[in-house]
Amino acid sequence: MTVTDTTEAVLAYDDVVAAYDPVLGLEVHVELNTATKMFCGCPTGFGAEPNTQVCPVCLGLPGALPVLNARGLESAIRIGLALNCEIASWCRFARKNYFYPDMPKNFQTSQYDEPIAFNGFLDVELDDGSTFRVEIERAHMEEDTGKSTHVGGATGRIHGADYSLVDYNRAGIPLIEIVTKPVEGAGERAPEIARAYVAALRDLLRALGVSDVRMEQGSLRCDANLSLRAKVPGAAPGSAEQRAVPLGTRSETKNVNSLRSVERAVRYEMTRHAARLAAGLKIVQETRHWHEDTGITTSGREKSDAEDYRYFPEPDLVPMSPDPAWVDELRGTLPEPPPQRRRRLQAEWGFADLEMRDLVNAGAVELVEATVAAGAAPAAARKWWSGELARRANADGVELAAMPVTPAQIAALQGLVDAGTLTDSLARQVLEGVLAGEGEPAEVVESRGLQVVSDDGALGAAVDRAIAENPDVADKVRSGKVAAVGALVGAVMKQMRGQADAAKVKALLTERLAPADSTTDVSTS
Amino acid sequence: MTGTTLPADLTRATAAGLAQALAAGDVSAVEVAQAHLDRIAAVDGTRDADGVATGRAVHAFLHVCAESALADAKAVDDARAAGQTLPALAGVPIAVKDVMATRGLPTTCGSRILQGWVPPYDATVVANIRAARMVVLGKTNMDEFAMGSSTEHSAYGPTRNPWDLDRIPGGSGGGSAASLAAFETPLATGTDTGGSIRQPASVTGTVGVKPTYGAVSRYGLVALASSLDQAGPCARTVLDTALLHQVMAGHDPMDSTSLTGEYPDVVAAARAGATGSLDGVTVGVVRELSGDGYQAGVLRRFEESLAVLTEAGAKVVEVSCPSFTVALAAYYLILPSEASSNLAKFDAMRYGLRVEPGGVAVPTAEQVMGATRAAGFGDEVKRRIILGTYALSSGYYDAYYGSAQKVRTLIQRDFAAAFGQADVLVSPTSPTTAFPLGDKLENPLAMYLQDVATIPANLAGVPGMSLPSGLADEDGLPVGLQILAPAGADDRLYRVGGALEAILTARWGGSVLDRVPDLSAALATAANGATR
Repeated sequence: MTVTDTTEAVLAYDDVVAAYDPVLGLEVHVELNTATKMFCGCPTGFGAEPNTQVCPVCLGLPGALPVLNARGLESAIRIGLALNCEIASWCRFARKNYFYPDMPKNFQTSQYDEPIAFNGFLDVELDDGSTFRVEIERAHMEEDTGKSTHVGGATGRIHGADYSLVDYNRAGIPLIEIVTKPVEGAGERAPEIARAYVAALRDLLRALGVSDVRMEQGSLRCDANLSLRAKVPGAAPGSAEQRAVPLGTRSETKNVNSLRSVERAVRYEMTRHAARLAAGLKIVQETRHWHEDTGITTSGREKSDAEDYRYFPEPDLVPMSPDPAWVDELRGTLPEPPPQRRRRLQAEWGFADLEMRDLVNAGAVELVEATVAAGAAPAAARKWWSGELARRANADGVELAAMPVTPAQIAALQGLVDAGTLTDSLARQVLEGVLAGEGEPAEVVESRGLQVVSDDGALGAAVDRAIAENPDVADKVRSGKVAAVGALVGAVMKQMRGQADAAKVKALLTERLAPADSTTDVSTS
Repeated sequence: MTGTTLPADLTRATAAGLAQALAAGDVSAVEVAQAHLDRIAAVDGTRDADGVATGRAVHAFLHVCAESALADAKAVDDARAAGQTLPALAGVPIAVKDVMATRGLPTTCGSRILQGWVPPYDATVVANIRAARMVVLGKTNMDEFAMGSSTEHSAYGPTRNPWDLDRIPGGSGGGSAASLAAFETPLATGTDTGGSIRQPASVTGTVGVKPTYGAVSRYGLVALASSLDQAGPCARTVLDTALLHQVMAGHDPMDSTSLTGEYPDVVAAARAGATGSLDGVTVGVVRELSGDGYQAGVLRRFEESLAVLTEAGAKVVEVSCPSFTVALAAYYLILPSEASSNLAKFDAMRYGLRVEPGGVAVPTAEQVMGATRAAGFGDEVKRRIILGTYALSSGYYDAYYGSAQKVRTLIQRDFAAAFGQADVLVSPTSPTTAFPLGDKLENPLAMYLQDVATIPANLAGVPGMSLPSGLADEDGLPVGLQILAPAGADDRLYRVGGALEAILTARWGGSVLDRVPDLSAALATAANGATR
């Protein structure tokens, strides 16, 4: 087995799609967010000290036995239903046998020919608003392996490493593997469709509440299979003539850990395959590793068809036959499909397409919805979550939903702005206090003394003082240079430490500095 | 049960007798434990630094935990002195088969690959035993990973049969059976995948029961074949077996295949059986589990037992289970298949033996796994791993594993039909009495045939008992009778076994084990002769 890290020849994309028809196959592994592992009671939290969330079962100690996590099965069925799958009336786990140090038992408890869910589809919305249907082969339950870290060596891979460390905290975390049928008819849009499918799946899983779906943490992982076949001249992608052409040899690209990477990896593989085919070379059926930094894939291990996992039904677990009444009950818990829900909310809120897409990409739809439900106007809610809060979350490197502020607090904050108690800039200071754990917005206003001064006496005094301290500017205004009033507004705001309504300040100044012809009346009155 | 007096030698007492005397304060748990530890010291022999048996002795134990046994016994005595109400078997000694995980005590499964492994947890069965305040004396020898019928496949040397130290004690649970026959313990645990409780009981003149699959938790039993393994009790009398059975059995949420719901009272059934009446009971004789291949003396004792059952009021009928003739073949596909997967975890990565391959500067993980498994597994284990790996391979699965599973269904149907005609089924437990050590080591198939009558019960998940039916005329060695009952009806084994035992012991004037040769004499001869 050799590893080639050399850059391979690629063909220009336009030439690729002119000559070849791409066929995709996407395998997505989703870590469920159950409190405990699939077959034991160990916690599943991310980021714990290595090998602290383990027990005899997930360490595969001699004699230990698995017991199915009922919530894991429930999540699997809900995912299957949301993907329009049939749910097996009877199914089993199977053992997938192979040796690897991060597999405690040297077999993975998985499902083989009897998956919990099968024959479904997911309608994927593309950027131009059109919909592409991706057919689902199956969704099955399995357990995650441990995580190997290869120390030393240049590549961070096992070859050439000085030694390897294994963390079994991840071993036994519930996984659902969702496998598409061959995705045909994508044509030149194959890379976009691959990304859109994973994004749609992510949104669906998030709406189901079954997973954290964080690609960067590995709770959503995508393997992209790709093959090319000769394009039939004149035939449309997905047409019967095109489908009649046998599938080409596929490669399986792993380690694709962001939506953007899914698109780039598929695109790269299309150009790599095409270059080989155009040069009369064969495609090697193999696993490829995606490199985010260089934007290429390199060869992993060759994956021959002879690889034999010696599957057989897992004798330590009893077969599952979910009660149809329970399945129906779970069907009733399915959320509104995310695209449909997005369209509905967008219409209700009156947002532009771009505004809505930003919210979706920021994972802020639910937050805005909750903020609106708590009384804020949709536009104001959107402004907070995709503006100030998104900026802060990004700076702190945390998920928007993980910010220590609730939609109700944002609605309350906006309420204070709407009531004139706070200006926008004061509101941002109050938010800072809320994020710092100083309490509810009203409490922060109180403790920091941040509300707009509405006492006309104090304000009037500040205005008079500003005029007195800036006689030149005041004269300019009096002589009709109205724009000069801004400097005086600034001076007043400074005196008031920002706690004044700028519009009101401007009105007072304008009134006091009215042109000379009308001041006579004032002075004589 | 009043008026029972303990024998002067506490090791000759029954568990029931000891329990009663302990409860009455006639004897202390420490005295009982010490008597058994002394007996072990006298007859069990010694082991070298590597744990391998040295000299000619019983060698039933791989590990004796005298210190913790005496401490546990003292704790029982203290609790009783403090007026606490204790479980029925509190203070009664027990030996634990080395296939069961015991927290703080070595657990090797008779294999080199697990040498030095001390589990961080107790098997549920062991936890039940400790909760019953029984005193664990140590871990008993077995064929490596329970693969064998003679304990000769133990990496730590064979256990010898107390009836004749040059003969096998059966297997895989030969250590537990021999410890009972040698009066080293009144109770022991076993596991039975194809006969590993019943065949050793048969060839040592003791009693052993494989309960219904799922009746006793498998959590913490190092798995051989998950769909066949079942732990059960071993003792010298039917009642003692029932008392231990009751402690071991029960639903366990840690084992998905553990039974839920009502489970019969096996102790009450044993006591009912002891009255000697089997009126209204129909006993089926399985035509396919007798005749050709069975030793004459075994068949003679079997016929005699049938006469006794009739005498006790049972109606004896013949039943046929045609698929039993292919049970052995199916078993030797299913067992190695599951075992090949179950034993994959022994890879030197996390526990147990680790062997670095020679001639390689920086070995890969695969090379370390290979070298460790080559050195750590014995021939019989390797044979079955290879068989199972082959049988599960793509392209062979349907022909081997798939077909074997179909045979399993046929066997279950045969049992169902037979239990439509009879309440229990009977057969000789083993086709022969104990054979000489080394006799079948070169012929695995001959060894496998030892379990021809016991395997069908495992394939169908039904319970089975072996109890003594006397001594074979030609060699004076024990013969066992097997009783089989429908799944969940484990009590029937005790009812029928209890009756048979009552009548036979009355006829013999005592237990068959009263005729075990005096071991101290045999051991003295061994010391003088030192020929083997």
